[in-house]
This record gives sequence, structure tokens and C-alpha cells, in this order.
Amino acid sequence: MSATTVWATPTTTPPPEPPPAEPNYLNHNYSIWSWLLTTDHKRIGILYLISITLFFVGGGIAAGVVRLNLLAPNGAIVTEDVYNRAFTAHGVLMLFFFLIPAVPAVFGNFFIPMMIGAKDLAFPKLNLASWYVFMIGAACAAWSVLVGGIDTGWTLYPPYSTRASQASVIPGVLGAFISGFSSIMTGLNIMVTIHKMRAPGLTWNRLPLFVWALYATSLIQLLATPVVAISLVLIMVERAWGVGIFDPSIGGDPLLFQHLFWFYSHPAVYIMILPGMGVISEVITCFSRKNIFGYAAVAWSSMGIAVVGFLLWAHHMFVAGISFYAALLFSFLSMLVAVPSAIKVFNWTATLYRGSITFQAPMIFSLGFIFLFTIGGLTGLYLATLGTDIHLHDTYFVVAHFHFVMVGGMVMAYFAALHYWWPKMFGRMYSDWWSRVAAMIIIVGFFLTFIPQFVMGYHGMPRRYPNYPAELHILNVMSTAGSSILGLGYLLPAIYLTVSLFNGPKAGSNPWSATGLEWQTPSPPSIHNFEETPVVVCGPYEYAIGVDQMGRPLPEGPGEGGPIDPASHAGHPYPAGPAPKETEVVG
Amino acid sequence: MSAHTHSSVLKHHFDHLEQQHASERLGMWMFLATEILFFGGLFGAYTVYRLYYPTEFEFASSKLNRVIATINTLFLITSSMTITFGIRAAKLGDRAGLIRYLVLTLLLGGAFMVMKGFEYNADFEERYVPGTLFRSEYNAAFEAVFPTSPLQPPLSKEQAKAYFEQDAQSAHPKHQHWAAELVLLNYGKSTKDPDYIDPGKVQLFLSFYYIMTGIHGIHILVGLGCIVWLIIEAARGAIPPENYSTVEVVSLYWHLVDGIWLFLMPLLYLAGAGWAGH
Ligand code: HEM
Ligand SMILES: [Cu+2]
Repeated sequence: MSATTVWATPTTTPPPEPPPAEPNYLNHNYSIWSWLLTTDHKRIGILYLISITLFFVGGGIAAGVVRLNLLAPNGAIVTEDVYNRAFTAHGVLMLFFFLIPAVPAVFGNFFIPMMIGAKDLAFPKLNLASWYVFMIGAACAAWSVLVGGIDTGWTLYPPYSTRASQASVIPGVLGAFISGFSSIMTGLNIMVTIHKMRAPGLTWNRLPLFVWALYATSLIQLLATPVVAISLVLIMVERAWGVGIFDPSIGGDPLLFQHLFWFYSHPAVYIMILPGMGVISEVITCFSRKNIFGYAAVAWSSMGIAVVGFLLWAHHMFVAGISFYAALLFSFLSMLVAVPSAIKVFNWTATLYRGSITFQAPMIFSLGFIFLFTIGGLTGLYLATLGTDIHLHDTYFVVAHFHFVMVGGMVMAYFAALHYWWPKMFGRMYSDWWSRVAAMIIIVGFFLTFIPQFVMGYHGMPRRYPNYPAELHILNVMSTAGSSILGLGYLLPAIYLTVSLFNGPKAGSNPWSATGLEWQTPSPPSIHNFEETPVVVCGPYEYAIGVDQMGRPLPEGPGEGGPIDPASHAGHPYPAGPAPKETEVVG
Repeated sequence: MSAHTHSSVLKHHFDHLEQQHASERLGMWMFLATEILFFGGLFGAYTVYRLYYPTEFEFASSKLNRVIATINTLFLITSSMTITFGIRAAKLGDRAGLIRYLVLTLLLGGAFMVMKGFEYNADFEERYVPGTLFRSEYNAAFEAVFPTSPLQPPLSKEQAKAYFEQDAQSAHPKHQHWAAELVLLNYGKSTKDPDYIDPGKVQLFLSFYYIMTGIHGIHILVGLGCIVWLIIEAARGAIPPENYSTVEVVSLYWHLVDGIWLFLMPLLYLAGAGWAGH
């Protein structure tokens, strides 16, 4: 490989390279049925990857409509009715069909068994069923869009959604309802797998933090999703037969719906963010060549978030008419949930301290995550404060807040995961240069899109309105311009990742020199992941002493102390034994 | 979850049978947790309105068929017992016994659904269904006592009582007993009175009644489907003793559905047990 190449160098193969097991999970069978009827967790992960990519594009187009329309104070391109349907489609697609399944159903599916040394998830057929259920849900959502879409906002508040709305509410709600079951199935599968199928030696205290994070996520999926499922049933019954539970004309209480809805949907924001936090713990340690700082604190803060996250749903209802004392309590509990999130941020930062950091794409995305998520989390505290929330509720400030956590946080983490594990999933390296450029463009575009929204919201621009006063014009134009940059940033990975599938250099089994068990398999992995069950002898991040979880020396890392120089590794023989590292053992 | 071959029950991705059984059991317990939260949302909503509108809920509940509900409760409790005997039979490799107990369970669960069908049918014939049917019945009874035409004077309370009694005796009564009772109970009361029985809120109870028993009924049907599948598997000899956990897992689900009924029964049918007309 020449020094001018733009490809990231797959490092030379280490001595304990697993035998190149020929038929791997991708090439052992090419027929379409071998994909549609597969029970292999890796293939199901890929099926999910393809599906959610489509929904991400769909949700992105809807977002484009919303942002373009806001170019002019009185709506630039679509009618108000279409505008309502566009932002609803955007919310429903992005939340239920992209963000919730994004990491658990793609990377959880693919990597949880590999990270714990198992051959598959506990219930492979259930896993396949979950994908079909998900697609049926998606088909219902598509049906709703085809017959005109929903205009209620993703929150579906009655009585508007049950009586006043003229749009096709039922198919959309049905779609969300059905896809919820796929989320439950995935969560259940992952949880049972983590409990029952860990490799010998893999105690709970040696689990990678990604596994801990997905365990916490699954707990929420299992316990919160059924509650929203039943509330959606009630909405459908009420709308279909004109009799129901929330109808105020017969004494029903619409506020009750909000309680039931947020009892799921607040924890659901942690379904979305926790897996991302797990990804970050993996990537940060690998690219700073250090043990995680405070393993137990990071692991238990995931569980803390999962548990406390159940107790603060009504902070979405401060101005909806709940009692003052309830509001006080929920405000306090919302502050409390920021603590475990902060614990994680501090621990990641401490992990970076004196590490040998290199800036490949996964790392850039992860650093972006830490920075943007922190802003999102801190502005959450403004909203959790009763007095300020009265001013900020239902404004663009809220929109900016949750986009900082969900897009700045979770989508960033999703891309970090995609770039980190891509070589393992497909056995190919992607363009190092382009991936770094894309990561930077995404971060810049993100800032330009959402920072102005904090300002607009603070000045009182309500969310979900198609019009705004002319004074806010400049800020809206900035935001729309930023979203175009963001859109371009998202387009780039689609291109260079696809190119890498056909043209990328072959990745070795462990191109990042990472410690996890998933890297001890060939890339792409063989059908049953491991030829023989691995035996785990140490914790997940022994970068300081340079051994993987099976206690074997790591191959040379992705570059020390600076950006990777593709030439520096070419042809180097792999140094035997653990490379001496200057970092100290922490955590 | 079937054991595909006779020779080996162990699936390829498990190391040993204990691991496989433990996973199946844990998976089912977790699923039951989601079921409990699913119904928990409904029970929670029910409780809220039960506390908001106690009089209406008691009135509405007193009009349900308690006899059928009691018989059905016995059916379900017994079926939970028979399926448990089924696990024992499976463990001992007693295939005939297993099939016998499964069929018994199936019959008891089926009987529950049949009775439930009769009950729904009777409710329907009484027009005791929320929505238009309910409203038109109530309005008809109301207008018989308080005619809309200004030329006809309203009946006095005694006249109204006599009228409804006479109607109930006739070959083709014009009014449902519950509608007549509601009109009489509300006679002379304003909608603001604390003991006024708001027909809208009676409907709210009925919505709960149909939604809760309906969803429960769907769960029973799913359970019956699983039991039919078990019977077929057992008949094929696909449930050898070392695979008894398949029966156990279905039984766990069946107990949950049974258990939920034990909550539905008092909440829906016994809420109005003390109702004496106030
Ligand atoms: C650090 C802890 C967090 C706190 C204290 C917090 C606080 C809040 C509060 C009080 C609101 C309601 C604002 C209003 O409507 O007036 C809110 C809205 C929201 N938050 Fe957070 N939040 C936090 C983290 C997150 C995370 C991690 C996510 C997602 C991954 C998230 C997503 C959302 C969403 C989607 C909404 C808006 C929902 C809607 O009304 O449609 N938040 N947040
Ligand atoms: Cu929230």
C-alpha cells in the first residue's frame, strides 16, 4: 500500500489471528430466502440496518419539508395542513422506526452475542419474528402516509387525535403499536441472552459497557413499551367506535392519556440514548488506548438511568394542569436523572485524560457525542426547572434540547458504532479521509441547525407552528442552511460506505486493536461466530497492559499519539507481546 | 420453540439443556412482566375513574351478569390446575396423561370463551353497549317520561314507575331495564347533585368492561392456540421428558391470563355488589 492512499490501513495481522474460516455469515448462501428466513442474529442485524436506513431517509425528507417551509415567515412551500403532516411523519419515523431500533436492533443484535462469546441470541426465531413485526408496523405507517398522513404530532394527544383530526390516524397509530412489539421482542431476547449465555469467565463485572447499556435499555423496553401499547389501543378504540376512555364528553380525562403516554415516552428517550452511551464507552477506550475510568460507575449509572427514568414522566406536563406538588416532585426527580448522565460524561472525560488519542471517524463521532449530549443534557435542566419551563415549554428551545440529545447524541453514537464495527461486519475498510470529513461536516451542520433554535425558542417561537414573526427570519434561515449541510454530511457515509463494500481494502480481524471478544473472530465473522467457546480471563478494557479479554496480546493499535499515518504500519512485523504503554491502569 | 428432531432437543446455540430450559423460562417470565405492565396501564386507568366516579361505576357494574362470571372463574382456576398436572405428566414421560390434561385445559378454557360469548350476546341484546346503542336506549326511556313535545306534560315519578313496570311486563318491552332504572334514579335530580348518575360515565364503565374483557379474551384465545399446538406436539411425541419445559412455559402464560381474570372479576363484576339502588 502506498503512502498516498486515502484508505485507513488495516493493521497487519496479529499472531493469534483466528483461522480464516471460509464460509462466513455473508457468503455462505446468497439466495434471497437465506436472508428472509435467516435466524442468524448477524443477518437479522443487517436486515434491520437496511430497513432503518430507509426510514432514516424517509424521516429526513419529511424534516427537509419542515425546514424548507420555515424559510419564509408564512410558509415557503407547503400548506399548513401538509406542514402538520410533515412534522408528524418526521417524528413518528425518526422515533419509532429509526432511533428506537437503531442501536439495539442493529448493533445489539449483531454484537451482543459476539461480545459475550455466544453463538446466537437466546431465541433466534423470535429475533426474526421481531424484524417481520417491525416491518408490518412500518407498512402500516407507510399506509397512513399514502392515504394522507397524520397531523397530530407524534404525541397523539386526545381529544384532537380521537375526534377532531381529519387525518388517517388509525393506521399510523397501529404502525407504532405493532412496531412496539418488535422492540419488546428484541429487548427480551437481549436480556435473556445476557443473563444466560455468557462465555465462561465472563462475569457481570467483566461485561463490556455496551452490554451493560443494552441490558438497561432492554429493561426499559420491556417495562415501558407495553404501557404505551395499551394507550395506543385505547386511542384507536376511541377513534374507531366513538367510545372510549379519554373522551371528555363522557367524563373521560385527556390528561390521563398524557400520563400513560409519557410513562412510556419519557423512559423511551433513554431507550434511545443508553445504547449510544454504551457505544461511546467502547470507542473512547479503544481510541485513547486506556481502561475506562470508573467501570462500575459507568455500568451502574446505566441502571440508575433506567430506574430513575421511570419516575419523571410528568415533566412533560408541567403546564398541562397537574398539581403544583406533583410538578415539584417531578421537577426534582428530573434533576436527579441528570446525575447518572453526568457521571458518565465525567468518566469518559477522565478516560481521555493522558490517553494516546487518535482521531479516526468513530472517535470524532464519539467526541461529538460527548460535547453535544452534554449541551442537550444541560438544557434539559432548564426545562426541568419549573419556572423556566413555563417560559420554554412547547417552544423551539425544547426542539433544540431534544435534538441535541437525540441527534447530537444518539445519531452521532449510531454513526460512531457504524464506523467502529463496519470492518467487522463486512470485512472491509472505508475511506479514512472521507469518513473524517463527513464526521466534521455533520458536527458543523448540526451546530448551525440547532443552536439558532435555542435562541428562537428563548424568544418565544412555538414549536409545530408553520408561521413566525419576521424578526426570527434570519435565525430560521440559518437553521435551514445548517440542515442542508447536515443532510450532505449524512449523505457522504452512504456513499463511501457503499463504495467500501466493493472496493475497500480487506480489514483484518482486529483493525482497531480493540479488546472485546467480537474482535477475536474473523472479519466478517463465520456463521457460528466462534469456532470454540472463548474463555474470558479479564475485564473488557485492558488497553493499559495491552491484552484482549482472553488475555492475549493486542495487535498494534490504530496509531499512537496522533492521526493515523497510513504508511507507518505498512509491512511492519507485529511486535510480540504487549506493547509497553505509557498510560497508567485506571478504573 | 419446538423440538425439531426426536433425537436432540438441544438447540445448536445452547451448550446444554439446563441453559436452554433456564433461558426459555426466564424469557417467559420477562414476557409476563410486559403483560403485567400492559394490563397495568388499563387497571391504572380504571382505578382513576373508579375513584372519580364511584356511584356510576357501582351502578353500571351491578347490571353485569355475576352468575356467568362466577362460573367462568371456576373454569379458569380449574384449568390452571389441570395444566399444572400436565407438566408433571410431561416430566414423567406419561404422554397419554399429558394429552389428557392438555385437552381438559383446552375444554375448560373453551368453555370460558363460550360462556363469555353468551354473556356478550345477552349484553348486546340489552343494548348495554357504549356508544349510539346506549345513548338511544337511554334517550328513549328519558323521553317517555319527559316528552319533548310541550303539549304532553312529563310523568310524575309514580307514573313513571308504573309505566316502566307495565312496560317490563309486556310481551315486547319498549325499554331496557337499566335505562328505566337510570331514569327513575335520576328523577328530580339536577346534573350537579352528588348522587346524580351520569349516563356518560356509565358508558365510560362499559368502555372499560368491553376493552378489558375483550383484551383478556384475546389472551385466552392465544393461550388456547398454544395449548392446541402442545397437544399436536405431544401427539407427535415431540415433547419427551427432557423437553417438559415447553409445557411449563405455556403454563406460565396460562396462569397469568388466569390471574388477570382474578383481578378483572372483582373490579368489573363485584364493584357494584353492594348496589341497592341508593
Ligand atoms: C439529562 C437529563 C434530561 C432532562 C433533565 C430532560 C428534561 C426534559 C424536559 C423537562 C422536557 C420537557 C420540556 C417541555 O416540553 O417543556 C424534555 C423534553 C424532551 N426531551 Fe429531555 N431531558 C433529559 C434528557 C433527554 C434525553 C437523553 C433525550 C433523548 C434521547 C431527551 C429527549 C426529549 C424529548 C424528545 C423531549 C420532547 C418531547 C416532546 O414534547 O415531544 N431528553 N426534556
Ligand atoms: Cu422526558
